Amino acid sequence: MGSVESERKTTGLAARDPSGTLAPYTYDLRSTGPEDAYIRVICCGICHSDLHQIKNDLGMAWLTTPWSPGTYITSLSLSLSLIKLQSTHVLHQCLVHLFAVCSHEVVGEVLEVGSEVTGVRVGDRVGVGVLVGCCRNCMPCKSDIEQYCSKKIWSYNDVYTDGKPTHGGFAGEMVVDQKFMVKIPEGMSSEQAAPLLCAGVTVYSPLNHFGLKQGGLRGGILGLGGVGHMGSSDRKREEALDHLGADAYLVSSDEAGMKEAADSLDYIIDTVPVFHPLEPYLSLLKLDGKLILLGVINTPLQFFSPVVMSGRKVITGSFIGSMKETKEMLDFCEEKGITSQIEVIKMDYINTAFERLEKNDVRYRFVVDVAGSKLDGA
Amino acid sequence: MGSLDNERTTTGWAARDPSGVLSPYTYSLRNTGPEDLYIKVLCCGICHSDIHQVKNDLGMSHYPMVPGHEVVGEVLEVGSDVTKYKVGDRVGTGIVVGCCRSCEPCKSEQEQYCNKKIWNYNDVYTDGKPTQGGFAGEVVVDQRFVVKIPDGLESEQAAPLMCAAVTVYSPLVHFGFKQSGLRGGILGLGGVGHMGVKIAKAMGHHVTVISSSDKKRKEALEHLGADAYLVSSDENGMKEAADSLDYIFDTIPVVHPLEPYLALLKLDGKLILTGVINAPLQFVSPMVMLGRKSITGSFIGSIKEMEEMLEFCKDKELTSQIEVVKMDYVNTALERLEKNDVRYRFVVDVAGSKLDGSV
Repeated sequence: MGSVESERKTTGLAARDPSGTLAPYTYDLRSTGPEDAYIRVICCGICHSDLHQIKNDLGMAWLTTPWSPGTYITSLSLSLSLIKLQSTHVLHQCLVHLFAVCSHEVVGEVLEVGSEVTGVRVGDRVGVGVLVGCCRNCMPCKSDIEQYCSKKIWSYNDVYTDGKPTHGGFAGEMVVDQKFMVKIPEGMSSEQAAPLLCAGVTVYSPLNHFGLKQGGLRGGILGLGGVGHMGSSDRKREEALDHLGADAYLVSSDEAGMKEAADSLDYIIDTVPVFHPLEPYLSLLKLDGKLILLGVINTPLQFFSPVVMSGRKVITGSFIGSMKETKEMLDFCEEKGITSQIEVIKMDYINTAFERLEKNDVRYRFVVDVAGSKLDGA
Repeated sequence: MGSLDNERTTTGWAARDPSGVLSPYTYSLRNTGPEDLYIKVLCCGICHSDIHQVKNDLGMSHYPMVPGHEVVGEVLEVGSDVTKYKVGDRVGTGIVVGCCRSCEPCKSEQEQYCNKKIWNYNDVYTDGKPTQGGFAGEVVVDQRFVVKIPDGLESEQAAPLMCAAVTVYSPLVHFGFKQSGLRGGILGLGGVGHMGVKIAKAMGHHVTVISSSDKKRKEALEHLGADAYLVSSDENGMKEAADSLDYIFDTIPVVHPLEPYLALLKLDGKLILTGVINAPLQFVSPMVMLGRKSITGSFIGSIKEMEEMLEFCKDKELTSQIEVVKMDYVNTALERLEKNDVRYRFVVDVAGSKLDGSV
């Protein structure tokens, strides 16, 4: 049962100043509404876009955009012209306060449910991802692809329907609407489940949507980080082939190898988060092949029209996945025995973790053992 | 039948150098092989990419080059293994005159995507000889790359269908847009663009023509039947049309920004490029990620699609808007085309022209 009179509080870690160092921050959590669940955070994953969020570019405009909870645009003119293309909701979002508690790969235990919550009970383990709200009326919402709702609410650094800021999983507890929670399958550990809530569904959703969820296809994964990051060392080759189970490893600067692989892939998942040429990868695609971009890059990418025309190739992108896909993906991962490769840390390691993540020094996702950490800085 | 001893010749109008100016040129045509058709050219459309080719814009041109790939002609002779056509038939032929027949695209009747396809001009045929196009008295083409022109469709009307129309028809079918009720955008109103409006309307789409100026508004709305007209520099209009289109056919043949048009697409919308542009186009990744939009392209259509498209055009009584000229006007026509001064396709009345340069 929930008390409707007093707001409760929780403590999380937020970036309080431009150094990006996280420090304890205590804030209000709304009372458990009829559709809400009150969750104790067990653990949460760290995503590259969390990194963008907590780092501040000193002396430049600090704006967040609708494309990911924390990606910031270093060029003010670019951000303004892009904002012009979006709705006013986005403009509002760009002016949200700075002290946001991050993380959108949250696994927790239900402590309390609202009167109209079905599907989860107290004691259940649930996952919460990037979104915690949507309009429910638009075409995307009504067709179970609410991640494309133009009024979606982000799990942190956004404003909820009650006017309060949203905060993520680097905290003791969260309150989340039942639509945006998913049950963690029985046999899956919480630390394993966390990265699936963003990294996992971000890959699963486009493969599913573009008709690529079938045996026998040839896929490319560009970038080998949490979702992926480009690397060319022998160590990465060994990891990819021996530990992750890849069938082949191609270095983009290997001209002969790239030439041999021309016209061979049905799709490439491109996770590179910085500017990079597209032609070398487009040439690897077969007729009708798809280059699926997942990296939020604030400088323009380029291509030549004849290259896409001559193979009817598709350059496209995708943004996380729906709650429906998240559930499917979790079941899929459990069925296939898919695990994420993670490094579990305590909250007092978080600042070091962010530094290491910036240098891509992690195999392949940090997961913070929130429940096992002290959050008050003691 | 064909004489095996002496090769015949024909006269066409060829570019001799990157100035792109065409003049008479006599050359040999191969004898009619078992699978070949020997065709008298009736007429031939002029496409913007003919300009790119004759002027060596892509750096791959070999001269002398007889352009023209929207060919309608009359069969003069058929090879011994030709079954589908007979002497006297009216046929059309387009950009592709050869393919490997064994790759995936070839086997799935998408031979226009064969990596070893042979172009009807500025290429080398399987016999080692250069291919030459339709601004000529005759052509010899393998039966695989020929379509029959339906009765009731005039030759000059049919010519632009060999490239401009199938270039629109093929991707609309491939991407699942051959259904009514969709909202399409046509960007650029030239040869391909105007066929885009007609075909999209015939498929039952709401069509918005997007242009850089207001000049073609009346034509687009009143003559071509478009439902709406949007000027790309009209900020309010563009804003209002945001997130409204299932697809945009982008026919612009020069570098241009993509973001204003990506913004017009709905979730899962497709920007289909058909302009051959030799400088890079740009976009920022969030613009495709946030709405799961696609940037793609398409290249003409297969012979099978050409046949379907011809039936479709006949069925819907679609006509192209053309200006018929004689061969001695062709250089002026190319200049005017470069300035987009044509409504909307030049078609050269080849059979009615003197090709030897005499007056």
